[in-house]
Amino acid sequence: MASLKRMNGAEIVIQALIDQGVEVVFGYPGGAVLPIYDAIFQQSSVRHVLVRHEQGAVHMAEGYARSTGKVGVVLVTSGPGATNAVTGLTDALMDSIPIVCLTGQVPTHLIGNDAFQECDTTGITRPCTKHNYLVKEPKDLARTIHEAFFVARKGRPGPVVVDLPKDIQFADCPYVTPESVKPATYRPATRGKTQAIDKAVDLLSNAKKPIFYGGGGIINAGPAACKKFSDFVRATGYPCTLTLMGLGAFPASDKQFLGMLGMHGTYEANMAMHGCDVMIAVGSRFDDRITGRLDAFAPDAKIIHIDIDPSSINKNVAVDIPIIGNVGHVLGQLAVTWDKKKNRKRNSKELKAWWKQIEDWRSRDCLAYKKDGEIIKPQYALERLQSLTEKRDTFITTEVGQHQMWAAQFLKFDKPNHWMTSGGLGTMGYGFPAALGVQTGHPGKLVIDIAGEASFMMNMQEISTAVQHHLPVKVFILNNEYLGMVRQWQELLHGGRYSESYAAALPDFVKLAESFGAVGLRANKTSEVDDVINEMVEVDNVVIADIVVDPTENVYPMIPSGSPHNEMLLGPAAKGKGSGKVTEKGKVLV
Amino acid sequence: MAKKLATRTKNVKPQPGSAYFMADSDQSIEQHTMAVMVINEPGVLARVTGLFSGRGYNIESLTVASVTHDNSMSLITIVTSGTPMVIEQIRNQLERLVPVDSVKDLTQEGPHVERELAMVKVVTKAKSPERAEVLRCADIFGAKVVDTTTRSFVFAMTGNTDKVESFIDLMRELGRIEVARSGVVAIARGA
Repeated sequence: MASLKRMNGAEIVIQALIDQGVEVVFGYPGGAVLPIYDAIFQQSSVRHVLVRHEQGAVHMAEGYARSTGKVGVVLVTSGPGATNAVTGLTDALMDSIPIVCLTGQVPTHLIGNDAFQECDTTGITRPCTKHNYLVKEPKDLARTIHEAFFVARKGRPGPVVVDLPKDIQFADCPYVTPESVKPATYRPATRGKTQAIDKAVDLLSNAKKPIFYGGGGIINAGPAACKKFSDFVRATGYPCTLTLMGLGAFPASDKQFLGMLGMHGTYEANMAMHGCDVMIAVGSRFDDRITGRLDAFAPDAKIIHIDIDPSSINKNVAVDIPIIGNVGHVLGQLAVTWDKKKNRKRNSKELKAWWKQIEDWRSRDCLAYKKDGEIIKPQYALERLQSLTEKRDTFITTEVGQHQMWAAQFLKFDKPNHWMTSGGLGTMGYGFPAALGVQTGHPGKLVIDIAGEASFMMNMQEISTAVQHHLPVKVFILNNEYLGMVRQWQELLHGGRYSESYAAALPDFVKLAESFGAVGLRANKTSEVDDVINEMVEVDNVVIADIVVDPTENVYPMIPSGSPHNEMLLGPAAKGKGSGKVTEKGKVLV
Repeated sequence: MAKKLATRTKNVKPQPGSAYFMADSDQSIEQHTMAVMVINEPGVLARVTGLFSGRGYNIESLTVASVTHDNSMSLITIVTSGTPMVIEQIRNQLERLVPVDSVKDLTQEGPHVERELAMVKVVTKAKSPERAEVLRCADIFGAKVVDTTTRSFVFAMTGNTDKVESFIDLMRELGRIEVARSGVVAIARGA
C-alpha cells in the first residue's frame, strides 16, 4: 500500500533501507549517486563506510553478511563504480552471499547515449548477479528495492543489483512498505517431500560405511540449522566432513569431525568419501575441488543430497535421493523421522569397523610438517595463532592461495559464521576488505585476515578505510615472497619453471602500516612468532603482521590433478606415502 | 527419466584427467522442446539466452511472444539438445531465474504438437514449365501462395520441422529460393 507521505527518490532509497533493517552501507560516492549521498548526510539511522575501491565495498558487505546473517548493502556510482563492483558481485554469486548493490546510473533520457560515466550496468551484471533491476519509473522505486532484498535473502541467497538513474533519485515518488512486496514468480521450496525423507532415513539407518558431507548451504541456513545439523550428526554417530565453505557448521573439536575434504582436505576425509556406502550431502554442491576426478568419485556410494537449489542436484554427480528444501527444515524433518525409527536394527558391527578404518587413516597424520630450526613454517605460525587466540571469539577471513588452505587445515572452527573465505571464485584481495565488513558487524571482536603478501596487495588500499573508521582488524601475512599456490603448481606440474610467480619489490609492510597510521609488526624467526601474535591481538588498532615464512613450503595433502580421492599426495612428514602422482595429461587444465 | 547416469562407474578406465574434470560422457544427446512462461519485461529474453550461452547449452530454435490477455506474460518456446543430465540442468537453471514463472519440458511431459511457419520465395524463369511444377508441389504440402509475380511465388506453410525442411529442399530444386522461418512453437495435447 502506498503511504501518503511523498518523498524524493533518494529519500525513498534511505527509507527503504531503514525499513529493511539496514544498519550500514559500504560505498563510494560519485556523480550519479549524489542525491542519495545528500540524503545519507541528512539522517543518522544508516551508517556509511567510505571505502577506497568499489571491489572492497562488495567484499566488506560479503564479510558483514556472512558473519551476521544479514543482507550486506553496497552503494556505488555509475560506470566505473559499477564495473569495479563486478568482481565482488561474482564472488558473492559463487558463494551464495546475500548482497544488495545499489548503483547510480545516468538519467533515463541519456541511457544508451554513451553519456559520461555510463555503462550498461544491468547488461554487465546480469550473469554475475542472482537478479538485477533498472528502475525506470519513479512509482517502481520503493517496490523494487524491497523486492531486491527479498530476492537476495530468499532461497539460495545471492547478490542483487538495483540500477538507479539520477532523475529517479530526484523525482517525487510514492513510498510502499516492505510487507506489501513479493515477487510474483519467485517461489523457492523450503520443505522436503515426506516420501524422500523416509527413504533417506531408511538408507541412512542401513548404512555400513556412512559419511556426512556438509557445505556452505548449512551456514547460509543460519546458526539454528547448523545446530540441527550437529545434533543430527551426533544422533547418528556417523563421521562428518565439511567443505571449505562449510567450516564451522559442525564443531571442529568433535571426535566425529574428519576435517575438510577436497583437493587439500585431510586424508581421512577424502578416503572416507571414496570408501563410503552412503553419503549424505547437505547444502553442498559437488564442486570440482571436492570431487576430484568425477568418474572415480565415491564409486560405491548411494547419495542423499539436500539443497535449496534444484539446479545443484544432479549437476556434477547423479544422486539417488534428492531432497529440495531449506537444510534447516529438512534436517528437522530427518531428525523427527530418525527418532521415530530409533529401535530399528543397525549394522553396529560394520559401523565399528568403519570407524576403525577411519582411525587408521587418521593416524597417518596427514597435516604433519617438518620443522626447520628458526625458519618459520607457515603451518607453525597458524598453529601458534590458533592456540594463542582460542579462548577468544575470533573471526577469521582469508585471501586466496596456500595460506587459505593452511588456515582451513590448521585453524579450528567450532561455531558457524566465524570463517569467511572466497571459495567459489577464489578472489585474491577478498580477505582484508571482508575482515573490515566483519569488524563493522562485530565491534570489539577479534577479526583476523589470514593473508599472503600477494593477495593482500590486491586490496591494501583499504588500510585507509580501516584506519578512518576505527576498524582494528589484524592482517596476518604469511609472507613467502611468492605467489605461493602458483609456485607450488609450477614445481609439481611445470618442471620448476617459476614463471612470473616471484614477487620482487615488495613493500616494507611495517613501514606501510605506519604510513597509514596503523601498526606494523614483523617476525623473522620462530622464536618471535608468539610475541608478534600477542602484541597483534592486544593492540587496539589496525595491525599488519608480516610473518616471514619458508618460501618453498607446499600445501599437503593434495589430490593431484586428474586423480580420484584415494590417490592423495601426502607431505614428506606424514606417516607412509600417498599413492598419488600428477598425470602428464592432467597438467593441461589445472 | 534420468536414472543412474554413467558418470560414476566402478571400472575406472585410464583417461586424460585433470583437476578440472574433462567430461567424457557416453550418454546420448536428446532433443527437447521447452515452454518457458516469463514476465513480459525488458531484459527477460537476454536473461534466458544469456543463461544458454553462459553455460554452454544449445539453442536449436527459440521463439517468443506475449500470450496473456493483458500482455503481462510471454511464452518462450526453446528447442534444445543435450544429455539427459544437461536437459535436467537447463530446466532447473531456467526455473531459478526470477522472472520465470514456469518451465514445461514438453518432450518429457507427454504428447504435444509442434509447428513452424515458413515463408518460401521461389524465383523461376518467367513462363517456364517449372512454375506449374512449383505450384503442384506446394499444393501437395498445403502451402499457400501469398504473393506472386511472373517470375516468383511466395508460399506460406506450416508444419513440423521435418515437413518444413522437406518442402524447402523440394523448392530448392525447382528454383532460386529465399526462406524465412519462425522457429518452433509447441503446446501439450489434450485438456
